[in-house]
Amino acid sequence: MQTIIISPLVSPRLCLVSPLVPRNQFLNNHHRAPPSIRLSNHRSTTSLRLFSSAAASRDSEMATEDVQDPRIAKIASSIRVIPDFPKPGIMFQDITTLLLDTEAFKDTIALFVDRYKDKGISVVAGVEARGFIFGPPIALAIGAKFVPMRKPKKLPGKVISEEYSLEYGTDTIEMHVGAVEPGERAIIIDDLIATGGTLAAAIRLLERVGVKIVECACVIELPELKGKEKLGETPLFVLVSSAA
Amino acid sequence: MFAAENGLKGDPRLEAISAAIRVVPNFPKKGIMFQDITTLLLDHKAFKHTIDIFVDRYKDMQISVVAGVEARGFLFGPSIALAIGAKFIPLRKPGKLPGKVISESYELEYGHDRLEMHVGAVEPRERVIIIDDLVATGGTLSAAMSLLESQGAEVVECACVIGLPEVKGQHKLKGKPLYVLVEPSGLEFC
Repeated sequence: MQTIIISPLVSPRLCLVSPLVPRNQFLNNHHRAPPSIRLSNHRSTTSLRLFSSAAASRDSEMATEDVQDPRIAKIASSIRVIPDFPKPGIMFQDITTLLLDTEAFKDTIALFVDRYKDKGISVVAGVEARGFIFGPPIALAIGAKFVPMRKPKKLPGKVISEEYSLEYGTDTIEMHVGAVEPGERAIIIDDLIATGGTLAAAIRLLERVGVKIVECACVIELPELKGKEKLGETPLFVLVSSAA
Repeated sequence: MFAAENGLKGDPRLEAISAAIRVVPNFPKKGIMFQDITTLLLDHKAFKHTIDIFVDRYKDMQISVVAGVEARGFLFGPSIALAIGAKFIPLRKPGKLPGKVISESYELEYGHDRLEMHVGAVEPRERVIIIDDLVATGGTLSAAMSLLESQGAEVVECACVIGLPEVKGQHKLKGKPLYVLVEPSGLEFC
């Protein structure tokens, strides 16, 4: 199965003027990765391109299976890349510019809502802090609870916590005791998946209390960091896949 | 001003919102009765009422920017922004926003903290509302207002779900209106 690679936005845009990449130019520039063959695990990230066939059956204007959802290009081009943040060598994917583009932000939420609204999801868990921006609008639209997953000592009252590895050292993520009940169906939201450490910890936390994680959902994936491999059996859904 | 004094007196939604907020005693330290809005987020109807009340208030006020204070302002601001067709701007703790930022410091009970915003996020003369979950002394909101006004934006109102007793009776914060849905939940706690 293929994951679409959005052509890297080579010249980092350091100003917040709405990026003026015309949609059709963007589509002409994208290239597809060759299909990846995995020896032990045939799962791959689901990205919007794979859903074009579902979209085609829903919407008679979608001509071929190869047409990506037209909203994706605008969303991808609204994300700003900041080089060398937080440290040299890292190309930071800045979603704040997406939040300034009312159409792109609306489309982002709509794409997630359309995917999850009829799946019996009763919990949207969002990882602090950028998961707090995308999670609640989705939760409200699909009639689910929103559960914040936070850094240590931010949540008052009884919490459960899960430790996870960083490049150097560890960090901890916490959730309220009693926020979710066994048997509930959840999705976990964050803006981006990199190494997958945070999302894997979030999955473990929810599974410890008997919740079924239907999917992890992110706006952006950095596929070279292979984060989805950390997610075990939990599927991953992303809108934009960004080569470094 | 409290919503109940401003057109929503007796609105059953306000009671539902208030009832959904949990009080946690002695957090983060002894003597503080912490107003925990996470239980509001678990109550889908009450959460929706919260957003609806703010949206009804702001949708015809030509607001083009909703600014939300990290992190609990992020829980309410974006949904309001989406519903009224405004941009959402996160106001963050130092070092979180990449690229060029401006910052404003404000006082805590002991010491200072700083709030940052992206340069260029807001344009001069844009009409802005600022959202946070709770207003106590108003220090954080004042810093937020300074950031936005320094870029030439017009802060139309500050809006919070909960307003502590210090703000009751005050209709304004630094000369700008303050709109609050509920007082702290009663002192019966779980």
